[in-house]
Amino acid sequence: MTTLAIPPRRISPRRTLRHGLTLAWRKVAQLKHSPEKLLDTTLTPLVFLLLFLYVFGGALAGDTHSYLQKLLPGLVAQMTFIGTMGLGIALNEDIHKGVFDRFRSLPIARSAPLIGSVLGETVKFCVMMTMLVGFGMILGFRFDSDPLSIVAALALAYVFYLAVCWIFVLVGMLAPSPDSVQGIGFIFVMPLTFGSSVLMPNIGTMPGWLQAWVKVNPVTHLAESLRALMIGGPMGNHVWYTLAWAAGIVLVTFPLALRLYARRT
Amino acid sequence: MDHVIRAEGLRKAFGATQALDGVDLAVRQGTVLGVLGPNGAGKTTAVRVLATLLKPDAGRAEVCGYDVLNDPARVRAMIGLTGQYASLDEELTGTENLVMIGRLLDLSRSAARGRAAELLDRFRLTDAGGRAVKTYSGGMRRRLDLAASLVNRPAVIYLDEPTTGLDPRARNEVWETVRDLVADGATVLLTTQYLEEADALADRIAVFDHGRVVAEGTPSELKSRIGLQTLAVRTAELHRTAQLAAIIAELTGERPDVHEGTGLVTAPAYDPAVLPALVRRLDEAQIVAAELALRMPSLDEVFLTLTGQSTTTTAKELERTPA
Repeated sequence: MTTLAIPPRRISPRRTLRHGLTLAWRKVAQLKHSPEKLLDTTLTPLVFLLLFLYVFGGALAGDTHSYLQKLLPGLVAQMTFIGTMGLGIALNEDIHKGVFDRFRSLPIARSAPLIGSVLGETVKFCVMMTMLVGFGMILGFRFDSDPLSIVAALALAYVFYLAVCWIFVLVGMLAPSPDSVQGIGFIFVMPLTFGSSVLMPNIGTMPGWLQAWVKVNPVTHLAESLRALMIGGPMGNHVWYTLAWAAGIVLVTFPLALRLYARRT
Repeated sequence: MDHVIRAEGLRKAFGATQALDGVDLAVRQGTVLGVLGPNGAGKTTAVRVLATLLKPDAGRAEVCGYDVLNDPARVRAMIGLTGQYASLDEELTGTENLVMIGRLLDLSRSAARGRAAELLDRFRLTDAGGRAVKTYSGGMRRRLDLAASLVNRPAVIYLDEPTTGLDPRARNEVWETVRDLVADGATVLLTTQYLEEADALADRIAVFDHGRVVAEGTPSELKSRIGLQTLAVRTAELHRTAQLAAIIAELTGERPDVHEGTGLVTAPAYDPAVLPALVRRLDEAQIVAAELALRMPSLDEVFLTLTGQSTTTTAKELERTPA
């Protein structure tokens, strides 16, 4: 047995990030072994796109093409919430199966397993966006902006997606069982994603209280930012509101999740 | 630093249950401490405190000189933990699990792969290394879990009921591993419900009951502390068993047990001088003894005496508790 040098008392941010990436790789390897886990991630964007486009398109915008132009950026915004629920379920399973006990007994930062689960969701984001935008373009969606704006749009959606992941980290840690994660998730996913301008850019027909909600809803800000970046149009302050919301979500959920994780009970 | 693990006055309550009620432990380097006790005695809680997974309500503990409360990262760098249930990623392969842990322990990619291959070989899992862990048998999982806790060559290894639910062959393999680890200089804290296991592996045994250490010592110290020895005699001439039993009853003043099938007569003996006396009496009566022994009490008897709970009760509790 080799004599060990005195190990460091604190784990540096660089090491933490590397550990986080190792644990994100774990998620990718899981998907590689059971690609069927990506089935819902793959199909949900298609189902949403087809349903909303052909159920509402004619009535809302007169024809499906002009609705598709508005709908697609909205759905990109909505997917940031729909796709992240699986993270909470997987995290909850990790905690109950004892995998997290293993991580807890290793000399790695408390935040590394959490950062790993969040970064590991990148795969799902890429799959969803490819399906949504790819299928949307087959149906006739056309970008009406410069390539830089398109990249900015996807980057903004990704940043917001990562922030939303932290909400589900918290839900996954607090929920008593994997099944209950879904139930808790829907309680706020539904009003946030449907009570927004995602499906209906013109919010003028909504009752006043709902308009007030829609206007502060971060999903609305994200959807409007994406519309401006993807198909042109007024940008306003939506991007800043979106970024502020993302920062706010992480500032609240990250320390809470960390405290819950570090709690030694 | 003589004692690698040192705990003083550990207390931990879960609601109304006092899981640890003032536990002191000290384990010398390169030895095995067997923590023996029934379900719910506080064994796992003690391990979790010493592995920095749980904060004690009171008391202190040091591992390799590092305080579990103030210096958890350093403690974690020194320990390996194998829990009651295998804490592995079932979706990943055996190799991937070990490489992941190696990478988390700051090994380079190639070093992590090398270490994984080494450990898979050591635990005879090389052929299964490319398969998802969910396809492994119970024994294979336990071996991989053990391998996972050894990636960083820890100085201190906690094995929390490492053989519960294993068949005898798999159990023997775990025992061999524990002996190898100690031969390599590691210090092992092993919890078990099996008296035989503690007797076979441990240098010292701490008997836990209701969150307290009710007895501590080497296996033979514990046995002699009980003071009770058993006289066991069998004659080759089975028809004279009744006569033999009568002699033993007279000598020990106790009513002996007679085993119908084998004719083995056993009785508790308090006085060591009973043995030469018995030999003389047998000689006089011209009874030929096929077996004649003054036995140390089994650990089962030790346990029963110390905790007032028989191991049969423990076995029943075990059946009720889902794995």
